[in-house]
Amino acid sequence: MTDPNTTLSHLDLETPEKPFLDANELVINMGPQHPATHGVLRVILRLDGEKVLGLECVIGYLHRGVEKIGEHRTYTMFNPYVDRMDYVAAVSNGLGYCETVEKLLNVEAPPRAQHVRVILTELNRIASHQLWLGTHALDIGAITPLFYTFRDREEILKIYEKYCGARLTTHAFRIGGLQYETYNGFEKEVKNFLDFFRPKIDEYEELLTTNRIWVERTKNVGVISGKDCIALGVTGPVLRASGVKWDLRKAQPYTNYKNFDFEIPTGQNGDTYDRYLVRMAEMRQSVRIIEQAVGALPEGPIMAKVPKVMKPPVGEVYHSIEAPKGELGYFIVSDGSTQPYRMRVRPPSFVNLQALDVMCRGQLVADVIAVIGTLDIVLGEVDR
Amino acid sequence: MPDETKSPSSTPSEGESKPTADKPAVEGGVKAAASGSVQSDTKLPAETPSASSPGPPKPAAGAPATPANKPVAAAKPPAPTPVPWDSPMVAKLKSSYGSGIESLSYVGQNYMVVDRSLIPEILQVLRNEEQFDYCVDITAVHYPQREKQFDLVWVLYSFARNERIRVKTQILDGDSVPSSVSIWTGANWLEREVYDMFGIKFDGHPDMKRILLPDGWKGHPLRKDYGILQQDNEWVQINLGIESGQ
Repeated sequence: MTDPNTTLSHLDLETPEKPFLDANELVINMGPQHPATHGVLRVILRLDGEKVLGLECVIGYLHRGVEKIGEHRTYTMFNPYVDRMDYVAAVSNGLGYCETVEKLLNVEAPPRAQHVRVILTELNRIASHQLWLGTHALDIGAITPLFYTFRDREEILKIYEKYCGARLTTHAFRIGGLQYETYNGFEKEVKNFLDFFRPKIDEYEELLTTNRIWVERTKNVGVISGKDCIALGVTGPVLRASGVKWDLRKAQPYTNYKNFDFEIPTGQNGDTYDRYLVRMAEMRQSVRIIEQAVGALPEGPIMAKVPKVMKPPVGEVYHSIEAPKGELGYFIVSDGSTQPYRMRVRPPSFVNLQALDVMCRGQLVADVIAVIGTLDIVLGEVDR
Repeated sequence: MPDETKSPSSTPSEGESKPTADKPAVEGGVKAAASGSVQSDTKLPAETPSASSPGPPKPAAGAPATPANKPVAAAKPPAPTPVPWDSPMVAKLKSSYGSGIESLSYVGQNYMVVDRSLIPEILQVLRNEEQFDYCVDITAVHYPQREKQFDLVWVLYSFARNERIRVKTQILDGDSVPSSVSIWTGANWLEREVYDMFGIKFDGHPDMKRILLPDGWKGHPLRKDYGILQQDNEWVQINLGIESGQ
């Protein structure tokens, strides 16, 4: 739709001392209280007419000092805090945190716990992508998908609520495994959800994939090459839509993802439309993974032997997982006490948001909204 | 690198006392650090019974073997220690840069402790020759007891090798480090965050300013000597005229 190489045609009114349209750039402010910035993101846009020359993000409005809090809590006490970073994918945050501490403690969750972890994390990926799809489409002007996705996301939240009591900040995992055994009928409900959800993805696609307005608003918008993604450290569906076939679940498998058969969907163009397709395909793959996991749920304990008072040996560990947004890493330094000496979170949204400038240059103002949506950022995680 | 004091464990009392307070409890616990890295296998004697002695742990608190004590004692395999890490890449780097590099591996994760003076060069070489094309994270750790107060950590990943390493260096308080934005564009915000939280400056960074905290913020919160209530109390004292907001 927009070609970055086209220049605006200026009106030539032959009044050299006072040009009707000069090339002065216009600086406008967007946010932080803007419905399409998905939270409190402020963007300062430099514009030439409607063309974006560049932009700067101002973040930190939601900064809660999670890393500092982590240094003042015990390992167990800090666990619920991570749910509040990427609050639409709380389970993924918890998985990354628990596995990192388990690495420090040198314990491993039992097979049954790992299976349940995979099920819940993949359900979470679907829920996160659903929320992304609904709001992203809404930003661009398609209202209906929001109702569809929120209706179906509700079914996942019901499973969470039954499992651990929470719908949003689902504190599902514990260091060493799980606190709760699955409830009666868990497997059946998950299976029912999969049967219910499979045709729903087709429904979403029917609404958007060939919709002319959707295609015009997303094709060739916010293009980023795979090379640029890697240079910027962008991960997750954004990287994959640019043609880089990389997913931590395959590249450096954690939990027990190596037991499951799934594919890594990739795109070619690295535009907003491809990112949409990649995320749709990821939901299908998640369904595949859950199906395998729930079909082969082993019996056994759900909690490894972990000390009541956790004092990991002196050392430091970096561990990362493939969260719905990209690589979510934890770097924890232990000094042998009950509290982490340093608790670093490497949030995918924070790093991915850096690409906004590159992706928006040469686009129109309206496309900035589309690009913010397609990056799928959660400001709770950007600011921490 | 030889100055090797174990960092103090922060006190459990909700940050009101500064973490430096318990310094004396720790100093006696530092044995000769064999490796010279931060992760030595020395233990704090007050907390860990020596792993080799099969006898019952210290009889001080809760002397009869209560069930609560049992798992603690059971889950104490010998603590993992950093072991030397060798690879063709490391050998190559060591042969060209000599003694400034120490390569170690801890629970299967490889890292290098590099002398501060080698820092821009090593990162450049890792990026250009060893294909570490993805800068995952840049962060720091503050050890106020050490002379070189900060550990600066780069987490790097190579798509071609599917390998992740960490590069660590120790720097003095107030020292700056050459920026690696020219090596990895994505280092931009990560370095700004390190500056914001620790006050470590990166030379040649295109836009060295705070990122998460407001521009007028005082201090750098992730330093260990930054009290978490300090800023809050100061604000309520000035704006509300009360002593404490808590």
